[in-house]
Amino acid sequence: MKRAARFIVFYAGLLGLWTLLAELKIWPPYLFPTPWGVGQALYAGFQDHSYWIAIRVSMERVLIGYAISVVLGMILGLGVASNKFLEETMGGLLVSLQSLPSICWWPLALLWFGLNQNAILFVVVMGSLLSVTLAMEDGRKQMPKIFGMAGRNLGASGFKLFWYVLLPASLPFIVSGLKQGWAFAWRSLITAEMLYLSLGLGQVLMMGRDLNDMSAVIAVMILIIAIGYVVDGVVFKGMERRLQHKWGLTAAT
Amino acid sequence: MSASAQNLSAQYPVPVEPPVIDPAVIDPRTPVRSGSTRGKLGPVSVGTPLLDAPPAIAKVGLDDICLSYKTESGERLLALDRINLEVKPGEFACIVGPSGCGKSTLLHLIAGLHQQTSGRILIDGKPVQGTGTDRILIFQEHGLFPWLTVGGNVEFGMKMKGLSKAEREEKTRYYLRLVHLGKFKDSYIHQLSGGMRQRVAIARALATEPDVLLMDEPFAALDAQTRDLLHDELERIWSETGRTIIFVTHNVREAIRLGDRVVLLSFRPGRVKSEFQIDLPRPRHLEDANVARVAREILGELREEINRSLEVEYNEGAKPHVEVGAEA
Repeated sequence: MKRAARFIVFYAGLLGLWTLLAELKIWPPYLFPTPWGVGQALYAGFQDHSYWIAIRVSMERVLIGYAISVVLGMILGLGVASNKFLEETMGGLLVSLQSLPSICWWPLALLWFGLNQNAILFVVVMGSLLSVTLAMEDGRKQMPKIFGMAGRNLGASGFKLFWYVLLPASLPFIVSGLKQGWAFAWRSLITAEMLYLSLGLGQVLMMGRDLNDMSAVIAVMILIIAIGYVVDGVVFKGMERRLQHKWGLTAAT
Repeated sequence: MSASAQNLSAQYPVPVEPPVIDPAVIDPRTPVRSGSTRGKLGPVSVGTPLLDAPPAIAKVGLDDICLSYKTESGERLLALDRINLEVKPGEFACIVGPSGCGKSTLLHLIAGLHQQTSGRILIDGKPVQGTGTDRILIFQEHGLFPWLTVGGNVEFGMKMKGLSKAEREEKTRYYLRLVHLGKFKDSYIHQLSGGMRQRVAIARALATEPDVLLMDEPFAALDAQTRDLLHDELERIWSETGRTIIFVTHNVREAIRLGDRVVLLSFRPGRVKSEFQIDLPRPRHLEDANVARVAREILGELREEINRSLEVEYNEGAKPHVEVGAEA
């Protein structure tokens, strides 16, 4: 209860400060909108369905891109973790590639895939693939060896061994990497959408800019944050809680 | 209850209720013998006709097993040197030796988790390669899967074998009752005590219905009371199911308490130093005078090996202790 009270006080204060600054009219309203204006923009956006469509399109893209990243990243990570040659050669490359912002792939993606959804997906994959790969590599190494041995001993091999033993055994060690991968995927998507006119939240945000409608820009920013927060809170926190319950871990992994 | 379910429960009777359990029902491959007469029989397979294997063929045969590996400094180390051993069907064989003699490694080789440098491992006289559910290893650190419930763990091997869900559930229930954990089917591993975990590991191993149970110091990490209890249970389960057991331990008394035979391995390279037939009547107890007497005899020989191992370790100084079993 106390925590909720602190929450309310903090956000009420933030809103109050924002309203105060806006009402002082230091900047014209189209540059510095009021919370009320942003609220109206949000309402209007949902009312004419443009936000719903944008959310649906963006979510679809990020889910496809993220799914590709997770599958590819796990294969790559397992490969790097279990092969000395790959580890020595590709391991370093993967780490250094992580310093490259995924949007740098955009020009190449445009040339390779054309001005379409696939180019956006490529950027999303490049954004999150490395996090998942590195997490999987690390998880495979941190995972106690006895699980793999016990699995083989009980008759698991090949894909069954991966699916029923190695994957669940490494999950506590890769969940934070999966989470990071998701955050990168989401960011890469919005960036790519802002550069290329298409449906999606990034484009709706840029439309606000073109119309000089800062209320709409901030409204979409809030949406982007909210979706990121909800996915983190529902999907990943839920996953962590389940893992803690099963494995008997007390602290978050 | 459907007809098929009734049939299944008849096949897997609850161990606590009906007094007599026919091991052949659980696994027709294993010879039928009564648990009560087992201790008096001594070397059992001699002259005893078995169901489908001629008596001369050992359940597990080790034929000139050698294992050598490179240490980090690059030199080759001979860990196991020409191990020859035959374990009869239904026999409880214990392997003792000083730590580092390769006894756990040998068990990993039999389980197929590692590859020997040379020599053959025979099951029923046929050479085997790699892992197989005919021989299941029980680890010291139990190796249970924390992401599965107790029931899920016991079911695991059967799932890998492709057994139907109904069959798996029936057998899971049966084997959990066999180790007195019937009420813990839906618990997670971290909710159990050390002794309970080892019992789940035993149930999980038995559920795949292996001919051979390989046990790698399974009770070493448990307190004395729990260990005593599990000795009784293991002996009971062994006589009820008729499995062949190879049990590795560094505790000589434990070996005599449980084994039909105790095999002593030497230290580096691991060789079969001597074998002791234990013909003491069952059930035995760790504190029995007879057990202590035989233990003194074996300990005398083991002591030499332990001293040698200590000498080597002191002389080696900082040289890292490499255990093959921890490699892969």
